[in-house]
Amino acid sequence: MSNVATPKGAAGLRAKDVRSEPVKGGGLAGWVDDRTGAAKPVSYLLKKVFPDHWSFMLGEIAMFSLIILLLTGTFLTFWFVPSSGQVIYNGSYVPLKGIAMSEAFKSTVDISFDVRGGLIMRQIHHWSALMFTVSITVHMFRVFFTGAFRKPREINWVIGTILSLLAINEGFTGYSLPDDLLSGTGLRAAEGFMQSVPVVGSYLAYFVFGGAFPGEAIIPRLYTTHVLLLPAIIVGLFTAHIVLVAVHKHTQYPGPGKTNDNVVGYPMMPVYMAKAGGFFFIVFGITTLMAALVTINPIWLYGPYDPSPVTAGSQPDWYMGFADGALRLFPGFFEFQAFGYTLSLNVFIPSLVVMPLLYGIAGAYPFIESWVTGDKREHHLLDRPRNAPTRTGLGVMAISFYLILFFAAGNDLMAIKLGLSINDITRAFQILLIVVPPLAYWVTKRICLSLQRHDRDLVLHGRETGRIVRTAEGSFFEVHQPLPEHQRWALVQHQADKPLQLAAAVDANGVRRPGARIERLRGKVSSFYFADSVDPVTPAELAAAHHDGSAHEAIEAAQDDVGQGWVGALHGGADERPETDAYAPHEQQPEHEADPDSTAR
Amino acid sequence: MNALASRRRHPAAILLLLLLGLVATGGLYSLLAPKPALAAVAAADDVNAGKMLFLANCATCHGQNAEGGKDGPSLAGVGAAAVDFQVGTGRMPFAGPGVQAAASKKIKFTDAQIASLAAYVASLSPGPSIPDDQYTKGDGNIAHGNELFKVNCAMCHNFSGSGGALTRGKYAPSLRNVTGRHIYEALVSGPQSMPVFNDANLSPTDKNDIISYLHELDKNKNPGGMNLGNLGPVSEGMFIWVFGLGLMVGAAVWLGAKAA
Amino acid sequence: MEPTAAGGGHPGSAVRLDQGHVEGEVPEPFADPGLPPHVSRSADLDEHAARRAERQVAALFGISMVATVIFLVAYFAIDQNTYRFVPGIGQANLSNVVLGVTLGLSLLCIGLGAVHWAKTLMPDTEVTEARHPQRSSDDARAEAVETIMAGGDASQLARRPLIKYTLGGALGLFALPLGLQLAGSLGPLPHAELSTTFWRKGMRLVRDPELTPIKASDVTIGSVFHVMPEGIDKSHDFLEEKGKAAVLLMRLNPDDIKIAKERDWGHDGIVAYSKICTHVGCPVGLYEQQTHHLLCPCHQSTFDVTEDCKVIFGPAHRPLPQLKITVDTEGYLVADSAFREAVGPSFWERG
Repeated sequence: MSNVATPKGAAGLRAKDVRSEPVKGGGLAGWVDDRTGAAKPVSYLLKKVFPDHWSFMLGEIAMFSLIILLLTGTFLTFWFVPSSGQVIYNGSYVPLKGIAMSEAFKSTVDISFDVRGGLIMRQIHHWSALMFTVSITVHMFRVFFTGAFRKPREINWVIGTILSLLAINEGFTGYSLPDDLLSGTGLRAAEGFMQSVPVVGSYLAYFVFGGAFPGEAIIPRLYTTHVLLLPAIIVGLFTAHIVLVAVHKHTQYPGPGKTNDNVVGYPMMPVYMAKAGGFFFIVFGITTLMAALVTINPIWLYGPYDPSPVTAGSQPDWYMGFADGALRLFPGFFEFQAFGYTLSLNVFIPSLVVMPLLYGIAGAYPFIESWVTGDKREHHLLDRPRNAPTRTGLGVMAISFYLILFFAAGNDLMAIKLGLSINDITRAFQILLIVVPPLAYWVTKRICLSLQRHDRDLVLHGRETGRIVRTAEGSFFEVHQPLPEHQRWALVQHQADKPLQLAAAVDANGVRRPGARIERLRGKVSSFYFADSVDPVTPAELAAAHHDGSAHEAIEAAQDDVGQGWVGALHGGADERPETDAYAPHEQQPEHEADPDSTAR
Repeated sequence: MNALASRRRHPAAILLLLLLGLVATGGLYSLLAPKPALAAVAAADDVNAGKMLFLANCATCHGQNAEGGKDGPSLAGVGAAAVDFQVGTGRMPFAGPGVQAAASKKIKFTDAQIASLAAYVASLSPGPSIPDDQYTKGDGNIAHGNELFKVNCAMCHNFSGSGGALTRGKYAPSLRNVTGRHIYEALVSGPQSMPVFNDANLSPTDKNDIISYLHELDKNKNPGGMNLGNLGPVSEGMFIWVFGLGLMVGAAVWLGAKAA
Repeated sequence: MEPTAAGGGHPGSAVRLDQGHVEGEVPEPFADPGLPPHVSRSADLDEHAARRAERQVAALFGISMVATVIFLVAYFAIDQNTYRFVPGIGQANLSNVVLGVTLGLSLLCIGLGAVHWAKTLMPDTEVTEARHPQRSSDDARAEAVETIMAGGDASQLARRPLIKYTLGGALGLFALPLGLQLAGSLGPLPHAELSTTFWRKGMRLVRDPELTPIKASDVTIGSVFHVMPEGIDKSHDFLEEKGKAAVLLMRLNPDDIKIAKERDWGHDGIVAYSKICTHVGCPVGLYEQQTHHLLCPCHQSTFDVTEDCKVIFGPAHRPLPQLKITVDTEGYLVADSAFREAVGPSFWERG
């Protein structure tokens, strides 16, 4: 079902785009349809409507990066040798001539220097991997802050969280394959993490590495994981992810004409095929240009892995940075020895607990929020982040926690670039980690609430035009322009969530109801979320603001008590104008408040 | 009221006045401030000339006989190599307060004066001498130098000599575009936090190999493109978040915007 | 309108105001004004603008084609080892830059062309599609349930508990062999390997990577030597052994050493410590000659060499193990004993 309104002026030009007679299906398409019955689903898919907003393309960047990774990765497998067997280098890169190294490292150097186009392929692959993880992250933020994870999309959110974890691990296994000094140091640390697992640590480490570190098994095993296992799971989950998007239809931002029961946008054929298809080429093109002009992972400079050397400024790729930062900040005090056993919580917690914990909480969030709101409706209209202040505040709090850990991983580079002491930087981060997240929550929530009140103000009192008008009596007022209907809608369409009402804890006979304690907790959390919610403006309020002159919002009411003359000071204190007055409402409605002291009525 | 006076209440007036005051103060200071005492080299003897220079420029921190003091360590046994390195790279005289002396383009002494200083300090007690040219030319085995560099140097100076952090604000500086002689001298004298790599640890040929490797890096061959400082994944991550994501989001915004 | 946060009770659990159970009135909200009026683009109204857009799109596709051709030529024409100065890059590998830029342009311009085409010439009137509730109709649900239940009944599973339990047992067990293959044969048991290293009494300390022995007189105050045990390069598991046996040799003024045991285990101020960090195993290579601090570059654990390498900053907990050294008859430094404790990161059974 589609409503296409033909704009008047373009009727003539557009007329050529519409065929006068229908075309019969035949030829190749007919041959395929004879064998598959594909006509119906194809036309269904091609008529699908997608809403248009740039923030909906972030997930597409991830999808396209995945395709680029699969393509370039396949190329690389034709030249990469996943073996730890030791060889002597004799290729064209002079600073490594005669040096002993693993076959994996040698094949990577060969790809970089002795295979035509090899370096560009490697760099496209690695830049694309970084783009993949970056775009997954910002896509996750967009989905979170707009509440797109609510029913019916909780499953997709959980799939997305798992995909995000898998992407990070795919990247880690990928950059560890060349067996260079930097990634090998990372593998060494990984072995240390495994060792720190209580009771089974040393067994875990020996099983994963096939013996002592480094061993000869880890590179081939990482290769299988990186090329076969993880991509298979990622492609499978990702397919489920977009099938669900197609089944649920994409969400849309609130706006005039956009309801919870429709999708407004452009059809797949021809607009979205061109735009999405074009965006694929844009993503691929930008990634390739980056790979052409900016070096990434110069393994020939790092040199082959050896357990003895190490480089200053050893960091993992960015998406592992938060775990590295956690390891730098977690104090060494938390290692305990008793009865011949050692419990290394100082390593175990930051390396193996933080990541699953953070992602676990993220994955569970839709269920937590639906428990808190008790909301069982389907949501296809997105929230503006300011209209969900607690959710937005919690999200910013989580991001600030993550970011502090992330930046802590670069403390040594910060020290040399900023000329500071690395010890001071580390201490500062330890303190910031505790102090900043709750502060970030509070500040964000306050900002959201004040933005909501600003929206109310805009609707009630219009846009301040900056024009000051002086009346014949000598009073001044600023002309306010009320918002046009279509602009106003986005500010008033939402429903403010309210805290849940609780049933009585005891029933009529004084017997405690089962589940009452959970309900009380639920009420408390709901109140934490929604106690200070700000309602959108209603038509009644707007009318009252225009004609009454004395209708104030709760906030401004407080200011009335401060002193006379403050009333209407926001708007210059002009009087109510009779209809025939020169300053009476025309197209530009000067907004005015009655001065209670005035007797001019 | 003339034009200048009529603008006396202009908001920029106070800024201009401050600027004039600063220029005046700075100019007066540079005119009247005591000049560094670069005593003219009168004596014919190199060591003596060095002694004069030393007393004028170094003794305040390092003591009259280079025995050390509150502000500077003893120079016993540092040898001519250390002096040639420290003064020749502009690290000494120590410019100002700080945890570490930084290399500087402004070298306070001529080559002849540095040689005199070095000769004087060397005369006080034996120490490493200025290396022979054949070991600082940088014509050695680059790959071997690479191997030695990775084991002995990369942990402080980074895999390509871009520098790295030490504790409490100290740092291992970048090794870009340092002459072979200075590299050798630093190795053999162990300036500030750097350990000493005497000729028994790294032979003169080994040192020449390391110099060869560093000079190879100085050719600035970046086959992959811009090297972002050769600092590893941190700069790559910053690049992808700022430029990569920025360009992609820019393209997305353009894509979703209405055409003219 | 103040939010009505009434505290009263309704029978049942917690409720939402807008889902039926209300106290007071719910205020009437604004009505949806519908889609805004459509604004035409210049290419909709003006044939010249449309032709200009067409030319722009065609130009972009044209650039892509040219770039592809240059790529194909450059692939063979430019030698792999050619370096040319490119501002911003330095000495760039010409092949990489040219191949990358042309490939990038050939892809990017297709994208830019397609998007520009969609934006200027394809219809930009918004179209509406209706949504339907996700849930299936009650009939469909009932039918699905009916099908499953009927099938279940027909299988007689419910009234044949013997089949039920043995089926459960078989299905529960069959995957165990797959798991056992992984767990059982992925790697050997560690036994005591994590607690022992290659070092034995009498082994000479040799330089890494040259493998030459070290005389005590070679080690001057302020020096640091990176050492391995002699003969380790002949080992079948060279890198694995090196990963535990790497040692750092330093010389301090004996008066600066504050712990007696450290002095005893050293030789005349020369001390040897394990290079493997006790945090997660990175090599602790940064020796600050003047402060006598050892810094690990990975997570900044700092060890004080004057106090038996105890941890003075950072996330490590245990000090670095010391290797007892002495000199042999020719003056070369040798180990006087194996490490007395496990080196490297902690593990559960370390003791």
